[in-house]
Amino acid sequence: MKRVKKAMFASGLLAFTLTLNPAAQADPDDDTLVIDGVEVITSAKGKEDGPLDELYSGWRFRSDETQSFQADDFENPAFVAIDQALEQFEVVEGAAGKACASCHEGGPEEFEGLRAALPRWNADTGKPETIQHIINECRTERMQAEPWKWEANEMLNMTALVGLQSRGMPVDVQTDGEMSPWYEKGKELYYTRVGQLDMSCANCHEDNYGNMIRADHLSQGQTNGFPVYRLKWAGLGSIHRRFKGCMSNIRAKPYKRGSDEFVALELYVASRGEGLAVETPAVRN
Amino acid sequence: MSLKTNFLPALLLAVMPTVAMAEAVAPDDVVFEDDVIVASLTGADGNAVNGRKVFANRKQGNCLACHINADLKEQLFHGEVGPPLDGVADRWEEPELRAIIVNSKIVLGDETIMPSFYRLKNGARTAEKFQGKTILSAEQVEDVIAYLRTLKE
Ligand code: HEC
Ligand code: HEC
Repeated sequence: MKRVKKAMFASGLLAFTLTLNPAAQADPDDDTLVIDGVEVITSAKGKEDGPLDELYSGWRFRSDETQSFQADDFENPAFVAIDQALEQFEVVEGAAGKACASCHEGGPEEFEGLRAALPRWNADTGKPETIQHIINECRTERMQAEPWKWEANEMLNMTALVGLQSRGMPVDVQTDGEMSPWYEKGKELYYTRVGQLDMSCANCHEDNYGNMIRADHLSQGQTNGFPVYRLKWAGLGSIHRRFKGCMSNIRAKPYKRGSDEFVALELYVASRGEGLAVETPAVRN
Repeated sequence: MSLKTNFLPALLLAVMPTVAMAEAVAPDDVVFEDDVIVASLTGADGNAVNGRKVFANRKQGNCLACHINADLKEQLFHGEVGPPLDGVADRWEEPELRAIIVNSKIVLGDETIMPSFYRLKNGARTAEKFQGKTILSAEQVEDVIAYLRTLKE
């Protein structure tokens, strides 16, 4: 009941706004993302009982200029990182005297499909694992090398390389079984109002996607493009870095990168985007 | 209210220009009557010229994040999360405007995205720097109200 009333109010406002500000863009645009002649779908039908009828990649909300960087791997600044990760893949490090390539003889291509299914359940730790956990487990357990920090360049580069192998594949994560309490926790975090500005993720990314918030065109806050190259960061950043930024902006104390809270939130946000294609490494402003 | 100030020696007034601030009603003591706030939070009228600045300033009101306002067209980007505020003074009386800014939830509903600018109980996990603080001071709220009252069509 409350929802219906709210939706009616919102659409009334939208119509009003549009007539007064005809230049404003109130929806995702209609552009098609084609990379190297292959179309990457940037919208999908939402789940029947899900919060969003139509899902849109963040790419659809960016300017033509930002979009164009992602449509060509030679223009995409994240491909410097991909090259560096390819080199790193061969580097022997740690007491076991191994490189990634020592075990993964098929090369990074072995990881096709992995990114689309993360986070996933890890029976050994009894927790969901993200791409960062998986990479560091290889480093500490199998290479006997130091783990990389969540936001270290090597980690960002490698997560981009691994993610790229799933580009174009639909996001599809496990949310039932052992994952269920994590999914519920993530959902609770998504709808909890935080910070002095007293907002939830849903206030911006569910109720207001398509609207301008000052100079920013609000997207659905999907995670299918991460790690993304942000022009503002002049580099790659992880999903948890983005979550932190959004929480800081509303004057909330963010959770730590890699914390149980952010892993749960990552799972929940991924599930909201199920059906969208992986775009790693995407480009954003 | 002004009686009390009159008793203060003139000298004290001269060296303490913030006397009005000391009198501002505390956030938890603001009285709502029928969802409006009649009395000025500071006991004085606000300053519309300063209110215009507070309205636009990203670290203060940042009202342009969500509202279009033709009077501030020199500012490049106006958000569209809330309704345009052109002519807002024709639609709302001063006590209503005060209530909306002090605690948006009481007038606009619990689910509104609009922040409450003079309320201490905000979202969970408020960053340390902002704990126990309101987004705007009582003076700034009154200044914004004085400014909004100039927005007539
Ligand atoms: C005050 C508004 C606001 C709130 C609240 C907010 N965000 Fe954001 N978020 C933004 C803006 C603005 C951007 C950049 C433009 C865009 O993609 O929407 C963004 C971007 C993102 C992105 C990147 C999307 C992409 O495709 O690059 C993700 C993911 C995200 N937000 C998740 C969250 C989560 C999770 C929360 C809650 C913890 C949250 N946001 C809360 C405003 C907000
Ligand atoms: C994060 C978004 C946001 C910010 C920031 C914000 N508002 Fe709002 N405001 C809204 C929304 C949305 C509404 C409409 C009610 C609703 O949908 O919840 C609204 C409604 C109003 C109204 C009632 C307007 C009408 O014509 O019905 C006034 C007045 C107002 N806001 C003033 C302000 C002022 C002044 C500031 C800054 C000090 C401000 N707002 C900051 C989102 C915002």
